[in-house]
Amino acid sequence: MGSTMIIVGEKINTSRKSIEEAVRKRDATFITKVARDQAEAGAHYIDVNAGTFLDQEVDCLCWLVETVQSEVNLPLCLDSPNPKALSEAVKRHKGEAMINSISLEEDRFQSLLPVITSQPCHVVALCMAQTSMPTTVEERVQVASELIKKLTDEGIPLEKIYVDPLVQPVSVDTRMGIATLGAINKIMNDFPGVNTICGLSNISFGLPERRLINRNFLALCISYGLSAAILDPTDKELMATLLAVEMLLGQDEYCENFIDAYQNGRIGRG
Amino acid sequence: MSDYKALIEAVIKGDIKTAVAETQSALDADGKARDILDKGLIAAMDEVGGRFTKGQMFVPQMLRSAKTMKECMTLLEPFFQEGDITPKGKVLIGTVKGDLHDIGKNLVSMMMEGAGFEITDLGVDVSPENFAQRAKEVEPDIVALSALLSTTMPAMRQTIEALHKAGIREKVKVMIGGAPVTEKYAQEIEADSYASDAGSAVNKAKELLGVS
Repeated sequence: MGSTMIIVGEKINTSRKSIEEAVRKRDATFITKVARDQAEAGAHYIDVNAGTFLDQEVDCLCWLVETVQSEVNLPLCLDSPNPKALSEAVKRHKGEAMINSISLEEDRFQSLLPVITSQPCHVVALCMAQTSMPTTVEERVQVASELIKKLTDEGIPLEKIYVDPLVQPVSVDTRMGIATLGAINKIMNDFPGVNTICGLSNISFGLPERRLINRNFLALCISYGLSAAILDPTDKELMATLLAVEMLLGQDEYCENFIDAYQNGRIGRG
Repeated sequence: MSDYKALIEAVIKGDIKTAVAETQSALDADGKARDILDKGLIAAMDEVGGRFTKGQMFVPQMLRSAKTMKECMTLLEPFFQEGDITPKGKVLIGTVKGDLHDIGKNLVSMMMEGAGFEITDLGVDVSPENFAQRAKEVEPDIVALSALLSTTMPAMRQTIEALHKAGIREKVKVMIGGAPVTEKYAQEIEADSYASDAGSAVNKAKELLGVS
């Protein structure tokens, strides 16, 4: 079972009420179930994010790492803008973690550098620079290439870098979809071997029927070359779209993944 | 023309052509610029804000209506005498230090302007000291803070402290918002108000200042 695309399961995020409660109560049973469900649905990494806990984020994130890995044999995507939380969490992580994320923002880059160079890991590199958000394809690619250079100079292999081109809502500017898609395509072409990654939900901020928009955006991202995505693998419709699109793009030999998913009830009704 | 139904409708729909035409004919019929603004444009944006909060209108429409209002304003501006427009209140707004996100802040600014507030937008990554300095200069009624990262939220607390240090905390109302921000956090840092989106930000601002 599987996809060509690398899937990071996004559900263990304390901005979701049920997850927040489970972390607050240290309900290991609940958390490991969510992790296991995502693993069984095809996740390659399990994202863990305890950002809403503010001062207690470090403790909560560490608890999540230990709890998930006690039951699920997958690497985790450690998701936090807080360098302290990331450095503590990675110490408890078994195997190679994905660190989510580093950017060109000076403070963030400097404080995360020791974290990503002190052990082998994968790194999400967010296309954000010091002074403002990128708005065009060119600005994104510019930041991406700077980031890639700085990271590879520090010894991080290209294949372990996952560039996030920064997804912005189309509700605010209808050119934002194509800006991200264009950036993905150019980055994959300019830096063969690098990975690209993004989450889906920013694109649909401010609009109704967000799931519909998100899964169509995923389809477009795949066709423009996206190699990894942060999403909910237990969302059957989303995964069905993903598998159908990969097959349509010639990435599924004998249509095996698609047919297998169908025969196992992961695609289609029931 | 005593009712501005067609103008209001055009602003709500984001129909710039019609709205501008309606504004012009209101002026031609000796309508007062002040009236057209209050009973036409601001009334329309009030409706837009309400519908947005109820989920009947979405971000792109809000932006379109705000743009429409702005176009009509350029027709009205030459007719405003000195001191003709008293804004509902003055708002100083910005995204806090270390944070570059501005979409929410821009939506709030736009809706507050549409509601008749005077906005000074300091942009993003605004230090506590800068907020305090500009607040002393501008003398706003409300200081509005936006943050989108849990790691930059503490800058909200620091900004309030900076206002205290500058001796002006008592002179302003502080309102906060942003995805990770909560009512609870607002109480914790002793902000005066919290708003969850651009529509309710306008209502909260009106509440804080006791205006309608």
